[in-house]
Amino acid sequence: MLIAISWRNIWRNKLRSLVVIIAITLGIMAGVFSTAFMKGMMVQRLETAIRSEISNLQVHDSLFRITGELKYFIPKGMALAGSIDTLEHVRGTAPRIIVQAMISSAEAGSGVSVLGIEPEREKKVTDIIDHLEEGQYLEGVRRNPILISRKLADKLNLHLRSRVVLTLQDLDRNLTADAFRVAGIYRTTNTSYDEVHVFVRYDDLLRLTALPDGAVHEIAVRTDDDRFTPAVQQAIRHLAPRLEVLTWEQISPELRYIVAAMDQYMYLFIAIILLALLFGIINTMLMVILERRKEIGMLLAIGMSRLRVFGMILLETVMLTMAGGIVGIVGGILVSKYFEVHYIDLSMFGKGLEQWGYNSLVHTRIDPALVVTVTLMVIFTGIVAALYPAWKAIRYDPAEALRTE
Amino acid sequence: MKIIEIRDLVKIYDSEEIRVTAVDHIDLSFEEGEFTAVVGPSGSGKTTFLNLVGGLDRPTSGRVIIHGIDLWSLRPHEITDFRLHNIGFVFQAYNLLPVLTALENVEFIMHLQGWPKAERQRRAVELLEAVGLADRLHSRPSRLSGGQQQRVAVARALASRPRFILADEPTANLDSHSTENLLNIMERLNREEGITFIFSTHDARVVKKARRIITLEDGKVIADEKR
Ligand SMILES: Nc1ncnc2c1ncn2[C@@H]1O[C@H](COP(=O)(O)OP(=O)(O)O)[C@@H](O)[C@H]1O
Ligand SMILES: [Mg+2]
Repeated sequence: MLIAISWRNIWRNKLRSLVVIIAITLGIMAGVFSTAFMKGMMVQRLETAIRSEISNLQVHDSLFRITGELKYFIPKGMALAGSIDTLEHVRGTAPRIIVQAMISSAEAGSGVSVLGIEPEREKKVTDIIDHLEEGQYLEGVRRNPILISRKLADKLNLHLRSRVVLTLQDLDRNLTADAFRVAGIYRTTNTSYDEVHVFVRYDDLLRLTALPDGAVHEIAVRTDDDRFTPAVQQAIRHLAPRLEVLTWEQISPELRYIVAAMDQYMYLFIAIILLALLFGIINTMLMVILERRKEIGMLLAIGMSRLRVFGMILLETVMLTMAGGIVGIVGGILVSKYFEVHYIDLSMFGKGLEQWGYNSLVHTRIDPALVVTVTLMVIFTGIVAALYPAWKAIRYDPAEALRTE
Repeated sequence: MKIIEIRDLVKIYDSEEIRVTAVDHIDLSFEEGEFTAVVGPSGSGKTTFLNLVGGLDRPTSGRVIIHGIDLWSLRPHEITDFRLHNIGFVFQAYNLLPVLTALENVEFIMHLQGWPKAERQRRAVELLEAVGLADRLHSRPSRLSGGQQQRVAVARALASRPRFILADEPTANLDSHSTENLLNIMERLNREEGITFIFSTHDARVVKKARRIITLEDGKVIADEKR
């Protein structure tokens, strides 16, 4: 019966209650949507990092990762990559030679990491192929094809089929150079990555660096799903006990921290929205109990206990808050779901974002835990908002309250 | 049987500006089944007196003993509970819950008493029939006339099976026809069901119906006559 009374009481002053409900709805919607948006951005960043840059696992000689020197290669890397390929839950392996080089066009030069790759294997591991803007993936050019990024092409004024020269130190520390022809131009969402990575064929780079047959510096491994990564890591360690086998989290721990920290910021953000709404709700409920002073006096007079009167105000406040909260959460989810499929185009701010490795086309993500947490936060807000008005209501003196006209 | 005993009851309102002795050393007792009017001009202390007896306003001194219980020696929440189970209230301004129908208003007090739904509904219907509102069970107060609202209030007061009903100027807002009608209902309930009524009024036509008339002036009882 108290629930019915509280619910009907909310609609006694329709306009006032609607204003409060709409304010809560908008606040919560904004909170849920912003959270889904930030989450989407973070998850995309993470996925990009795994798909385009790091992969799930990387295998190196431990000194290579520290020094980047050519001489710290994995001697029979090609064979090892082949064995890793046969492990369970491994989708693909990409053995690479990596060497620092100078790339120069007729007009300018720039320092880059050259990755000597096997295109067919690389396609199973990284998605650079999906980011081709022009040309092909190390095909279409017969001799010494090279894949460069749009960013670098602009910087060096290069086009498809332009000629570039790679200059590097080979294994014997001799300066050596060779001409390559641009076979394709790619562009990922991370311009800082793009600027310093170029791709050539494994065989071409092996020859240029004078490394022994089958040598690689890095084997990037993609697993079927990231949850298999630790198991695959163990298996590889078993195969190659002397090598360093690291997961993406170990290679870039900051990625995981950013996602976790962002979650916390978003809850803080919603808490701040709710705090602002809290004062509006308190104010409304104070008006309510002032208006119903005589009615509350009557309830106390006929014998309704103060605890029950308190509960009645509490219930009404929580219901009012929840009405807005539920509509807000549902609204926020719907909007976020929409942008899970469609995307939000931030390309007008894209330059800055992409420099940091964020995609400017954002798909939102709704985390079920978020929905539960926000619901609890809304209920909590309702309860907190009710405390002061309810406390004031039960302090009414029934005889006094009944005398008011 | 004596149900209320009032001993040397005093209420002094002591505000910064003035000091008013609203109830001035009253000694009285009420028997079960009384139909009593408390009369006196405005400001004579009728409301204050009924509030002291009904456990709504704390006396400055003196005692109100109901069925052997010294009301004002109870703790505040016990007094609230005492009111719920022992005293029925009818107010001048009806004071029904506007969001509830007539039926629900009557049911509500039994809900507070913890009655099961079916039982309280049956009794609420019965009581509303008794006050002549069988056809307005599902109307909200805003759809009822003043007289009808006050009859709902009487039904509500009866619903909790109180030992007596206190009604502070129950007819003050009613026209003469509704006044007559309400008084007849109260009188019948008193005569047939033995319900004890103590009501205040300054309406001569209402006074006429009472079987005992207590006259207040400046907070003192100046006359107490039975008929
Ligand atoms: N809360 C109060 N504070 C101060 N004086 C009051 C208060 N309530 C009533 N009084 C005074 O007490 C006296 C009795 O009032 P009341 O019991 O309302 O009389 P009645 O009901 O007969 O009109 C009046 O003089 C009134 O002004
Ligand atoms: Mg009065």
